[in-house]
Amino acid sequence: MAKAASSNSNKSRTPAKPTDSEPSAAGAGDFALHSLQDALEKDPRYKASQEELLGFYEQMLLIRRFEERAGQLYGLGLIGGFCHLYIGQEAVAVGLQSGLEEGKDSVITGYRDHGHMLAYGIDPNIIMAELTGRQAGISKGKGGSMHMFSTEHAFYGGHGIVGAQVSLGGGLAFAHKYRDDGGLCLAYFGDGAANQGQVYETFNMASLWQLPIVFVVENNQYAMGTSVKRSSAETEFYRRGAAFRIPGLRVNGMDVLEVHQAGRIAAEHVRSGKGPVLMELSTYRYRGHSMSDPAKYRTREEVQDMREHNDPIERAKAELLEMGVAEDKLKDIDKAIRARVAEAADFAETSPEPEPSELYTDVLVESY
Amino acid sequence: MATVSRDDVVSLADAPARPMNMIEAINDALDIMLERDPDVIVMGEDVGYFGGVFRATASLQEKYGKTRVFDTPISENGIIGAAVGMGAYGLRPVPEIQFADYIYPGLDQLISEAARLRYRSAGEFIAPMTVRSPFGGGIFGGQTHSQSPEAIFTHVAGLKTVVPSTPHDAKGLLIAAIEDNDPVIFFEPKRIYNGPFDGYYDKPTKPWKDHPDARVPEGYYSIPLGKARTVREGHAMTVLTYGTMVHVAEAVCREKGVDAEILDLRTLLPLDIEAVENSVEKTGRCLVIHEATRTSGFGAELAAQVQERCFYHLEAPVERVTGFDTPYPHSLEWAYFPGPIRIGEAIDKLLGA
Ligand SMILES: Cc1ncc(C[n+]2csc(CCOP(=O)(O)OP(=O)(O)O)c2C)c(N)n1
Ligand SMILES: [Mg+2]
Repeated sequence: MAKAASSNSNKSRTPAKPTDSEPSAAGAGDFALHSLQDALEKDPRYKASQEELLGFYEQMLLIRRFEERAGQLYGLGLIGGFCHLYIGQEAVAVGLQSGLEEGKDSVITGYRDHGHMLAYGIDPNIIMAELTGRQAGISKGKGGSMHMFSTEHAFYGGHGIVGAQVSLGGGLAFAHKYRDDGGLCLAYFGDGAANQGQVYETFNMASLWQLPIVFVVENNQYAMGTSVKRSSAETEFYRRGAAFRIPGLRVNGMDVLEVHQAGRIAAEHVRSGKGPVLMELSTYRYRGHSMSDPAKYRTREEVQDMREHNDPIERAKAELLEMGVAEDKLKDIDKAIRARVAEAADFAETSPEPEPSELYTDVLVESY
Repeated sequence: MATVSRDDVVSLADAPARPMNMIEAINDALDIMLERDPDVIVMGEDVGYFGGVFRATASLQEKYGKTRVFDTPISENGIIGAAVGMGAYGLRPVPEIQFADYIYPGLDQLISEAARLRYRSAGEFIAPMTVRSPFGGGIFGGQTHSQSPEAIFTHVAGLKTVVPSTPHDAKGLLIAAIEDNDPVIFFEPKRIYNGPFDGYYDKPTKPWKDHPDARVPEGYYSIPLGKARTVREGHAMTVLTYGTMVHVAEAVCREKGVDAEILDLRTLLPLDIEAVENSVEKTGRCLVIHEATRTSGFGAELAAQVQERCFYHLEAPVERVTGFDTPYPHSLEWAYFPGPIRIGEAIDKLLGA
């Protein structure tokens, strides 16, 4: 079993795995901890129809174009403060959330949240208007890029404090179980966030109480300027649930079909009442940590290499062309998405700022 | 305990000095203390290899090695807890918490351990650590990069809280904090790292280099904790403030031509109450300014102490200009920030009373 869990079969497709060490021999009782990984390795890619893959492609492209535009608006001074782009990681949000039931399954994440919102179909206009701090923004301009929410879509934010959302996710999962609504919680966090103590408190509770939660480590190899190797004793994050008897899944986060497949396996396990799953998705952010990042901690070549050889959107595109989709059709999709994003940017630029009186609303239930 | 002016503190009037910004001054203080005391250790998120997100620890790892200047995981509770243990064993850790807004995960260790160790061991064990952390608003940081949580710490018996407002003071106070045998929270107003922002946000901020307090003496010097600095003398009122608001207050008084005496408290705890008392007794009016939210803010403590000690000298109620009692917003930053307009109104009210 130990062998299967650490199989290097997908290594070449997995970006920048820092080690390829074998895990220590697992006991016989650890079968369950590896069973999901085994299932994934047996059948690692979702067999998408052309239509499904087109859908994934469109969503990923929407995220990318949206983020590129957000980066431009930041450069123009229309977006202030802190803004973390999701470029490079699109396959994660799209691959996973496409397997969820929007509005029923809850999603919670950190501050790098634009992609997760777009993957849940939230209107780009009100996301962009939140970035520019306008009244029409999804949090009325009070939250900004890192703090956005939608009850309608069961999207529970957008949290600026690294790791905090993981504990909240435990609570959401508890509530799903308590209400017996069949929903699960998908709780995203980063490789850096994985070193917050409260993450492990939550692992323990979630496993102890068999909560319906999928923990998702988006391992983009860096926490700001700190590489995984410089911050983590165990760099194979999918193994970190083992001590809490949480099965792990190691997934190539640059392949939307593998992500989707892994997400289905995880969701099925969780929905059948067997408790949490911990997924590690190896991915990569192309841009700086936030908009002010001197990027001295990695080489240009490293980024370039990832873009050229491992881009999730290019991979999907190549596959679509192979399936016989016309190049012109893909061009039209890109055009339509660019227009959609331009509309969102216009909306975000022209919407008014909130009234100063808005400062005092939503602090407590009563106004004061 | 008289108010000590810049030149009294340092017997370095003739020591060579050069202009620095706050970051350079802090870096210099850390460098000097790492050099002088092998027990000093600098750690935190991105402080080693990367030199800190604000570059306050730049080059220190190269100079002192990875055992003394190192990166930590994003584990604030663990970082501060480890610093308490290091301190109890005799080291002098200087952890950086990247933004004051991220100090809360470590609050338990700060309050229940660092602040209480001396008392509950009857002085046998201490936690001589200095937690450096950038704080305050004015940088469009929204609710998780802008807060001013100093009053949480002054409320905890067993901690010292320091807020410098100039490069000169930042260096001397940080050295004193590191040498101090109690846990010190050292809040660095990040809005003035690169220049003395005066609240007029629509005008460009001047860099530090031409400011007199940017002339930082070379080498070792310390400024004792618990001594306020008289920024300017005056008779019409006393302004009690610290951090970024020192510069805002100064600019407003200059602009309005008010003969105010401005005290930069520099250390909130221990507080230089004598300096406060002397000044208020002289002027008879008192204005307190801070960025932090109003209710239970440090200004409430100041107002209480002023009325306790100076009641019969007061010619008007103590005025406060503070942040609003709301989370720090993403938009409307300048409506939120207690800037020149609100300070000007408070001054008028105080003088009219
Ligand atoms: C409690 C806390 N500590 C520190 C920070 C500052 N900070 C923001 S993001 C970040 C890095 C997180 O990296 P990771 O979890 O890998 O997520 P990524 O940015 O790579 O998506 C840090 C240290 C914070 N927001 N909250
Ligand atoms: Mg990361």
